[in-house]
Amino acid sequence: MNPTAIDFQIMWNRLIAVVEEQAATLVRTAFSTSVREAGDLSAGMFDRKCRMLAQAVTGTPGHVNAMAESVAHFEREIGPRNIFDGDVYITNDPWMGTGHLHDVTMVTPVFWNGGHIGFFACTAHVVDIGGRGFGPDAHEVFEEGLQIPICKFAERGSVDSLLLKMVRANVRTPNQTVGDMYSLAACNEAGARRLKEMLNEFEISDISDLADYIVEASRIATLDAISKVPDGTYRNRMRVDGYDRPVEMEIRIDVEGEELSADFSGTSGTSSLGVNVPEVYTRAYACYALKCAIAPDVPNNAGALAPFRITAPEGCILAAKRPAPVSIRHVLGHFIPDVVLGALYFALPGKVPAEGASALWNIQMSARAADPDSKLPAREILMFNSGGTGARPDSDGLSATAFPSGVSTMSVEATEQVGPITVWRKELRQDSGGAGEHRGGLGQIVEIEPRNGYEFWFNAMFDRVDNPARGRDGGEPGRAGVVELADGTKLRSKGRQLVKNGQRLRLSLPGGGGLGSPGNRDPAAINHDVDGEYISLEEAKRGYGFKP
Amino acid sequence: MTRIRVGVDIGGTFTDVALDHPGGLSTYKVLTDTDRPAAATLKGIRSVAESSGIKLSDIEQVIHGTTLVTNSLIERRGARTAFITTRGFRDVIEMRSENRFEQYDIGLKLPIPLVPRKHRFTARERIGPDGEVLLPLEKAEADRMAARVAGGGFESVAIGFLHSYANESHEIMMERALKKAAPRMSVSRSSAVSPQMRELPRFNTVVANAYVRPRIAEYLEELSQLFRNAGVKAPILIIHSGGGLISLRTAARNPVRLLESGPAGGAIFAAGLARAHGIGGAVSFDMGGTTAKICLVENGAPKTAATFEVARTYRFKRGSGMVISAPVVEMVEIGAGGGSVATVDSIGRMKVGPRSAGSEPGPACYMRGGTEPTVTDANLVLGKLDPNGFSGGAIPLDTKLSIEAIETRLGSTSGLTVQEAAFAVSEMVDENMSNAARAHAIENGRDLSIFTIIAFGGGAPLHACRLAEKLGISRIIVPPGAGVGSAIGFLRAPFSYEAARGQFQRMDDFNPGAVNAALESMESEARSFVEEGAGDTRTFTRLVAHMRYSGQGWEIPVRLGFRKFEDAHRSAIIEAFEKSYSELFGRTIENLPVEITNWSLTVSTDIPPVDRVRRRAKTMRIAAAGKRDIREAAGRRSVSASEFHRRDLAPGHLIDGPAIIVEDETSTIVTSAFAAEIQEDASILIERKDASK
Repeated sequence: MNPTAIDFQIMWNRLIAVVEEQAATLVRTAFSTSVREAGDLSAGMFDRKCRMLAQAVTGTPGHVNAMAESVAHFEREIGPRNIFDGDVYITNDPWMGTGHLHDVTMVTPVFWNGGHIGFFACTAHVVDIGGRGFGPDAHEVFEEGLQIPICKFAERGSVDSLLLKMVRANVRTPNQTVGDMYSLAACNEAGARRLKEMLNEFEISDISDLADYIVEASRIATLDAISKVPDGTYRNRMRVDGYDRPVEMEIRIDVEGEELSADFSGTSGTSSLGVNVPEVYTRAYACYALKCAIAPDVPNNAGALAPFRITAPEGCILAAKRPAPVSIRHVLGHFIPDVVLGALYFALPGKVPAEGASALWNIQMSARAADPDSKLPAREILMFNSGGTGARPDSDGLSATAFPSGVSTMSVEATEQVGPITVWRKELRQDSGGAGEHRGGLGQIVEIEPRNGYEFWFNAMFDRVDNPARGRDGGEPGRAGVVELADGTKLRSKGRQLVKNGQRLRLSLPGGGGLGSPGNRDPAAINHDVDGEYISLEEAKRGYGFKP
Repeated sequence: MTRIRVGVDIGGTFTDVALDHPGGLSTYKVLTDTDRPAAATLKGIRSVAESSGIKLSDIEQVIHGTTLVTNSLIERRGARTAFITTRGFRDVIEMRSENRFEQYDIGLKLPIPLVPRKHRFTARERIGPDGEVLLPLEKAEADRMAARVAGGGFESVAIGFLHSYANESHEIMMERALKKAAPRMSVSRSSAVSPQMRELPRFNTVVANAYVRPRIAEYLEELSQLFRNAGVKAPILIIHSGGGLISLRTAARNPVRLLESGPAGGAIFAAGLARAHGIGGAVSFDMGGTTAKICLVENGAPKTAATFEVARTYRFKRGSGMVISAPVVEMVEIGAGGGSVATVDSIGRMKVGPRSAGSEPGPACYMRGGTEPTVTDANLVLGKLDPNGFSGGAIPLDTKLSIEAIETRLGSTSGLTVQEAAFAVSEMVDENMSNAARAHAIENGRDLSIFTIIAFGGGAPLHACRLAEKLGISRIIVPPGAGVGSAIGFLRAPFSYEAARGQFQRMDDFNPGAVNAALESMESEARSFVEEGAGDTRTFTRLVAHMRYSGQGWEIPVRLGFRKFEDAHRSAIIEAFEKSYSELFGRTIENLPVEITNWSLTVSTDIPPVDRVRRRAKTMRIAAAGKRDIREAAGRRSVSASEFHRRDLAPGHLIDGPAIIVEDETSTIVTSAFAAEIQEDASILIERKDASK
């Protein structure tokens, strides 16, 4: 059968449905909290030329380009003549995969009528990969865990037992980590099965025409969207707290006709700790922001991504070189959209939000018996918490909502079932949104106490404590974050600290910046805010000249 | 035993009535009267009873389902409601999951909570995860909160404290204080409405219950008054979202359990057919004007779930609504119906739905001013609908308007001819529906190719064959009376009540005593609700544990035998989990501990028996009433289809595809790959030619 444009569109839809299903299955079977709650995973389908044709929209934009680029590395390393039916490939290389060792990427070639026609790939964040564990304290990637170079997880259907032994011997959670690898492989296999069903249904022997159609249609649509952005050079600079010292992030975006390039020259140099970002991850978050503002409707694939040319000079903190430590590259990664959107504001005023809390305030707690003789078992607890997003051109910022990440928080009741802590408070933080015609989203306040007989260590990785989210167009900045005990004792916003039995940790998450002059805010909106105690009367008077 | 029973389903547009009486089954359809739904209900029953020669006083049972609860939530027409919760957790229902359901939409709007922040009050109290009291609720505090709410002009109040599923004492204390301070106040507490772990769904559920309760209680009271005055002596029973019957009193207290009552009726209707036709695995496919609903039916029972999402603010987008934890017939609903609007997007791709032209203005061909092309317009252009026979000729269709809409809105941007564009619309909507069905089956670890489609609702018979082709399905049943399926389904529902409770158990630390105590109280709770309606009719008990590997965040339902548990049962429970896990995900994981989070226990009367439909040994062909050209998707070509009127067909009649079977409410398309055979119960059984025996 000779497929028509309509057939191509239907098959394109189908491919997107297939990768979405792959991702959904991974979410339900994965062991790591970040896969489950944060959608820290990715699934995609590629043609033989390693062009990505479809990708699931998951909770982590950081995987967008990273995954798109990875399959070409696999093909190069494995070698086209070494690719067989029944093979499965694996890596967790931060520079060829998705930015840190915890992300395992697996790729499966698909064969049809005896010929190799493409690949399925998926990535998930595993519970543990050995080394120091998930945290910024390593000075080189070697300390961050087991590195799996691109290699065959399975050849012609048989799994490499030596590789499995190596993995089992090097991680703290062998069953879960290896279990997740099998899940990834199974996901690819399911995708391949569905693809073959489709080829059967449409009676086509190859996907190269379909691939050309998808890539070309997406490329043209993206170029078209770019051409609507006024030509010019747009710059922005943003300072964030960083880990050991403040980080300057700088960008220059050049738009000319259908061409758009973004470069991060001027950004601070590499850190000695694991907050560094491989360039592939920088490209992903930059591209995500550009797509949100310029071409949100074009599905992710090679054609949709190619027109955005994004670079960062090697050795800056957004293009760290091996063997720099990169374990928590997501913290700075989450700020990249603020930087990009701040520059785009000059090109597209009225389309871009103010800065937000952006980086998540995730907290990993290691609960230990306060009295070692009590024999209480150690427990690990992870919580996700989000601050406020920046005010939008037509509406207030979103309170306690993740952006750019797509994470979900977990139930406090479920968390307390798993770990010996009591969460005494998790609610919106009054007055934390920057005043403006559109108010910044509110942050939240979280108070946590170790329960009976326990104390806990936590690794602070909290930003926007010294550098709050800035407003736009006359909007005020959001409130900065605060890390302290409930009695007011200040704690450091970075590094490992102890909360003793009887003490309560209090995190006050940053709010988003406001947009537009507070004087232009609709009085009904101010009334609503005061009524609901989103803002206090004092703040209403101070910020808006409110008279009750 | 033939009893005189009547089922009434109040839907958004129509109120459907089905009367089961010694003379057979009579049905009736009237427009829903949103101002006085109770009166319209009575009117419907009256007309169907009159035409069947039945006196209202002879009716032995009235079974009622309604969309009023859902509408009240969606349209925000509930009571002025306060929410009392634990100090420090005022914003659980506002902060939701802290995520965005649309990744690329900067202007995203999140749903607004049912109870605004100024009406959410927090009490000093705290229960721990094992039910231990971390901070006692002082009586003075409870009284102070009660006084505040009593003086606040509220009609209804919801109470939701943390971990109240493990210890309800604080909520009960708060409830008592409220009853004292405001005896007439409607009070809902989360430990009674939905005592399950996870605060967001539990709080959503109790808040939704409180919000709709005064209106629904009033409505149900009015309904029973009206019925009594009209001489109806029979008790009114209500169908709940899980597909069972409960008493009016229970329904008035727990209206949140009625949210999906209409769709549940449709699923029971399909389940009844599956039993009658001896079908083990069926997929019920109900396509109307706005949406298509898909539900799996296995072993004669619709699949159920413990939570679902209502009132989605972004059409059918997962995550944009409110998660409610209440037992429900599990249904996938997508924006694919006859009124779904087709557009060409910025990339030149054909998109169908989720937006719908509804019934006003409706598809372009309705001649009511609609100018956007819809699925119905496409079907008309492709020859699948007869412009003069739609709705028995009551709604004349204008093909010219369909052509014009497709040409101007789709043809010019996509470069397709009208025929091609119409084909693209119908193929895309079929693709959307089959993708949804396939995804749902995969999520449940099922292979649809061995399932049978049961197609009803105005649109499903038009699309079922193509869906079957896409899903590799070989059998379809198109039942008669498909337009009022839900109301008929009501008549086939058992009495049932599901009690659900959060009780965390690690299997390596399994505590049979605690489990037995919880199950016992759940059993007696569920039984008391069932007995309220069913008396001492024979019942059975079904137990499901929601289980996972430690470290996972998703539980899977695991069916267990209901019994008194002992230590020795531990390995059998783990085995049952592993079996279910491997059914869903194709594998188990060794050496990992297993845990239980929530339990659900259902007490149900036996499912009413159905007459088994046997196939005729002898079949015969019948001459076509006419010929019509239709465009077939599978071969991408036009074929000459034989046309039949369903009223002319009798059991044993055999029809080879391509064919169209026309009836007032819809048309059934039999594609070239299929053949149809009329069954004893007047269903059309459609089978793949190469698959039939």
